[in-house]
Amino acid sequence: MTWHLFQLLLQASLMTIFVSVLSIFAGLALAVVLSALRMSGNRWMAGGAVLFISFFRGVPLLVQLLLIFNLLPVIGITLPSLATAIIGLSLSTAAYQAENLRGGFEGVPIGLIESAEMAGFSRMQTFVYIRTPIALRMTFPALVNEAILILKASSLVSVVGMVELTKMAQNLAASTYQPLPIFASAGLIYLVINLIVAFAARRAEDALPGLPAK
Amino acid sequence: MTDSAISIRNVSKQFGDTVVLRDINLEVPKGQVSCLIGPSGSGKSTLLRCMAFLEEANAGTILIEGEPMGFVEGPNGRRRQTAAELRVARSKIGMVFQQFNLWPHMTALGNVSASLRRVRKMPRKEAEDKAMAQLEKVDLAPRAHHYPSQLSGGQQQRVAIARALALDPVIMLFDEPTSALDPELTGEVLNVMRALAEEGMTMVVVTHEIGFAASVGHKVCFLDHGKLLFHDTPQKVFAAPRNPRLEQFLDTYLDRGAFLVQ
Ligand SMILES: Nc1ncnc2c1ncn2[C@@H]1O[C@H](COP(=O)(O)OP(=O)(O)OP(=O)(O)O)[C@@H](O)[C@H]1O
Ligand SMILES: [Mg+2]
Repeated sequence: MTWHLFQLLLQASLMTIFVSVLSIFAGLALAVVLSALRMSGNRWMAGGAVLFISFFRGVPLLVQLLLIFNLLPVIGITLPSLATAIIGLSLSTAAYQAENLRGGFEGVPIGLIESAEMAGFSRMQTFVYIRTPIALRMTFPALVNEAILILKASSLVSVVGMVELTKMAQNLAASTYQPLPIFASAGLIYLVINLIVAFAARRAEDALPGLPAK
Repeated sequence: MTDSAISIRNVSKQFGDTVVLRDINLEVPKGQVSCLIGPSGSGKSTLLRCMAFLEEANAGTILIEGEPMGFVEGPNGRRRQTAAELRVARSKIGMVFQQFNLWPHMTALGNVSASLRRVRKMPRKEAEDKAMAQLEKVDLAPRAHHYPSQLSGGQQQRVAIARALALDPVIMLFDEPTSALDPELTGEVLNVMRALAEEGMTMVVVTHEIGFAASVGHKVCFLDHGKLLFHDTPQKVFAAPRNPRLEQFLDTYLDRGAFLVQ
């Protein structure tokens, strides 16, 4: 195990971080939209959101990625593997985040919504400015948990041709015949990234201004 | 009755089988303070919420400055107001809740300026200047950048009053604004309300603060089991309560020494 090999792993981990961060934020945005649809009161929109959420929570991520990877060319769309990977991860994490957010949205005290109504906010404005920020804060720990899961699950995107940390480790292990130190290093890098995320999240949580009183 | 800010006509309300308001008739004159008193569960909050159309009465009409609240009269009877029409109708009303209901993720200034920015579409600077002026009125300018969780209950309730006032309502509704407060904090909130009354704001106040009702109220309305048993000047209501239910109700407050002798 040389410094050079470790550097290659570090470089690949940047790809892991890039794909994960983009997917986490795209997925969170989509999860908020799914929540809005689910609470819209429109049977079709709510039904569509529930169907989406059940599908992406019920089918293994690996299968989802392979499906998207093989489906898109059939319908005439060719995307680079990077885009395919991000789309796959985003759709999957959106479903989980929407499920996490559900409790948050339901936990927003009705009085806060009524005071928004009395202040002249429309339904949409109440959703954007009151319900969503509060729901995000109330479910923050669960959202961070899911972010860490996605960081780890990003190792699966090698199946659509991405070379990220896990794939790089596999390649190096095969070419150097030193699987043990290389996979140990890769594991260590994942661990450090996730410890940093967890630490930053805890700091952020402390800094987040108050949650609604119970 | 054009001098009425609020006219309540034959209003009844029930939740399922529970009748909560029974044929209420009440005129709330402009520029006056009307206090709603009555035992717990007598329907005070429900009546107040009906005025803001947070609850819909099952029967009767509520007019805000002569316009039906929640409905539009047409040639073929009445129809519900659209969401946008309801927002316009509600813009005349500011509401203050027992639990303050401040938005926890916004500072005091954010709470007061949010509607100015989002609803009135004021530029941020202008909205915050106006919000700051409102906070000064309730003596909270130094706390403008505090979040609700960093404020005492009394301070939170004053922010809530400033938030309601920011939209220049002509009527202010208060639902037990001091009931969630420690006793030593009720004074600062009642003082703000007293000052507002002196400016001539039309106010409807649900309260157990009999002293406030006696000294600030122009009219005291006694609700019992969903019936408006009677309403009159505080002197008439408190000095010589001739109704056994009211006497019984007042006794509980006399016991607590909350009754302020006129
Ligand atoms: N949303 C609701 N659904 C069913 N019943 C309700 C609802 N809101 C109020 N009630 C009932 O209506 C009655 C009157 O309630 P309301 O809150 O108006 O009383 P109140 O006079 O404000 O009492 P308090 O002094 O305790 O605040 C009570 O019996 C209450 O249980
Ligand atoms: Mg009440």
